[in-house]
Amino acid sequence: MEPILRLENVSKAFGGLKVTDGVSFSVMPAEISAIIGPNGAGKTTLFNQITGALRPDSGRIVFQGQDITGLDTQEIVALGMGRAFQITSIFPEETVLNNVRVACLSREGLTRQPLKGVGSFKSSTEKAMSVLESLGLAGQAARPAFELAHGDQKLLDIGVALALNPKMLLLDEPTAGMSPDERALTRELVVKLWREFNLTMIFIEHDMDTVFGIAQKVRVLQQGRLLAEGTPDEIRANPQVVTAYLGEEL
Amino acid sequence: MEAVDKKKAAAFWGLFALIFALVPAAGNDYYLTIANRILVWGMFAVAFNMLFGVTGMLSFGQALFSGLGGYGVGMTVKYLGKAWFLPGLGLGVIAAALVAYLLGYLIIRAGGVFFTILTLAFGQLAWQITFRWYNVTGGDDGIQGLVPPGILSNRVVYYYFCLVLVLGSIWFLRRLADSPQGLVLRCVRQNPSRVRFLGRRVRRNQRRVYLISSVFAALAGGLMAGIDSSIHTNMLNWTTSGQVILMSVLGGIHQFFGPFIGAGVIMIIEDVVGARTEYWSLIIGLVMMTMVLAFPRGLVGEFALLKARLKWRALERAERS
Repeated sequence: MEPILRLENVSKAFGGLKVTDGVSFSVMPAEISAIIGPNGAGKTTLFNQITGALRPDSGRIVFQGQDITGLDTQEIVALGMGRAFQITSIFPEETVLNNVRVACLSREGLTRQPLKGVGSFKSSTEKAMSVLESLGLAGQAARPAFELAHGDQKLLDIGVALALNPKMLLLDEPTAGMSPDERALTRELVVKLWREFNLTMIFIEHDMDTVFGIAQKVRVLQQGRLLAEGTPDEIRANPQVVTAYLGEEL
Repeated sequence: MEAVDKKKAAAFWGLFALIFALVPAAGNDYYLTIANRILVWGMFAVAFNMLFGVTGMLSFGQALFSGLGGYGVGMTVKYLGKAWFLPGLGLGVIAAALVAYLLGYLIIRAGGVFFTILTLAFGQLAWQITFRWYNVTGGDDGIQGLVPPGILSNRVVYYYFCLVLVLGSIWFLRRLADSPQGLVLRCVRQNPSRVRFLGRRVRRNQRRVYLISSVFAALAGGLMAGIDSSIHTNMLNWTTSGQVILMSVLGGIHQFFGPFIGAGVIMIIEDVVGARTEYWSLIIGLVMMTMVLAFPRGLVGEFALLKARLKWRALERAERS
């Protein structure tokens, strides 16, 4: 089987600092995997390059057989790449429904419609409501997004990405800032969404229960380099990883 | 729920049209002119606010476009005769669309305050050109005697002509604000980087609304030429651009009709206070200061908030009893 995403020797430097240093790996379709690494290891920067928010200095990124290196974010998103953010990125003054609905309208190519009310596009509204139901946010559809609790805003952020029907979803620290209980719930939800939406998922995470609880594959970044790659058990047993990052935690 | 909303909206539009349609019945030329100015400036301000309040782009140069509209009428009438009033109106609007299209590519690269400064710079440039190019534009003297042809030369008929165009324009802008395109524009204001992750181009949407807003600014300028029967370089000066900003802030930039109400209030202050003292702009300054400091949501915004609070309180009371 062909990998859905392939990184070949991707490198990026800010000034003299190599934030991504010759990273190569392949992600198979329908895989759920984690990227871990200490702060500043280049995890989010890597997501930024995969989604076109940053351009790699060298190397290639291939998504579904197509070279996407250097494409604009809009183009990469249109090819089926979705992303949710570490720092929640939603449209705070819009209702929860509109946050997701604007993504549905965008996917259907209706965002240039200048005359008909947003509500008259039934299929977009239905799709948006079904996404909100999957996330357990349907009851809050009419509220302005800024009123939601922090955890719910994070879910809404994921909802905006899901509404575009992505083939691949990148989640940047989905459980950051959550209580242990919320984390457990979010973990379950992420797995549920992964199945329900037939996604290939990569998530960045610091919470080891989440990483080793749901990832089929774990990749470890350190100082911009891919230190190790393998199943959770292999990563746990990897002496390099243990000394470099995990320490006594395992 | 939706049916009720539709009825409410229809009632609102009906009342809005009726009030303005009845003004000529007063039989007073002075009131007619004020009402007509409120209509045209109101449309200008609402169109401006699609840029500012909705999309978050503060243009300090919309006078460039209202000026193009005015000079479209003025120059065609001056050189081709008064029968060309309406084609001149169209010409001004088309010229504005062209300029906005080209300028959009040039200045929308710059974000935030740089965009604002660039709009101001181009506005002042156009003002200087009309001001200095005396032989062609009439410079500081402007162009007088711009009476529309035929039946439109009747002030009441011209008023209804403006009323229909203004209502049509505001209706279009209202639809736009409620449409998917309007939603995307609001999203561009609130979180442009996320808009890219919806697969949409931020700048393309900004250029689109800049073009739309400018076209209606030009229409307003052209209609204004007929109301005043003249045009003047002041139409292009930054004070005109500033005027629509004041109107929008006064009425409330996050309310669709805020700028229209703001335009009405400023026009009335100008006329009522202006008739008594030459220091009327001082009054406008004081009003603006009070609004910005004490009621930052603007007249319509504060009113909407008050209404929501009262409703909430009534609900609470009903629950308790």
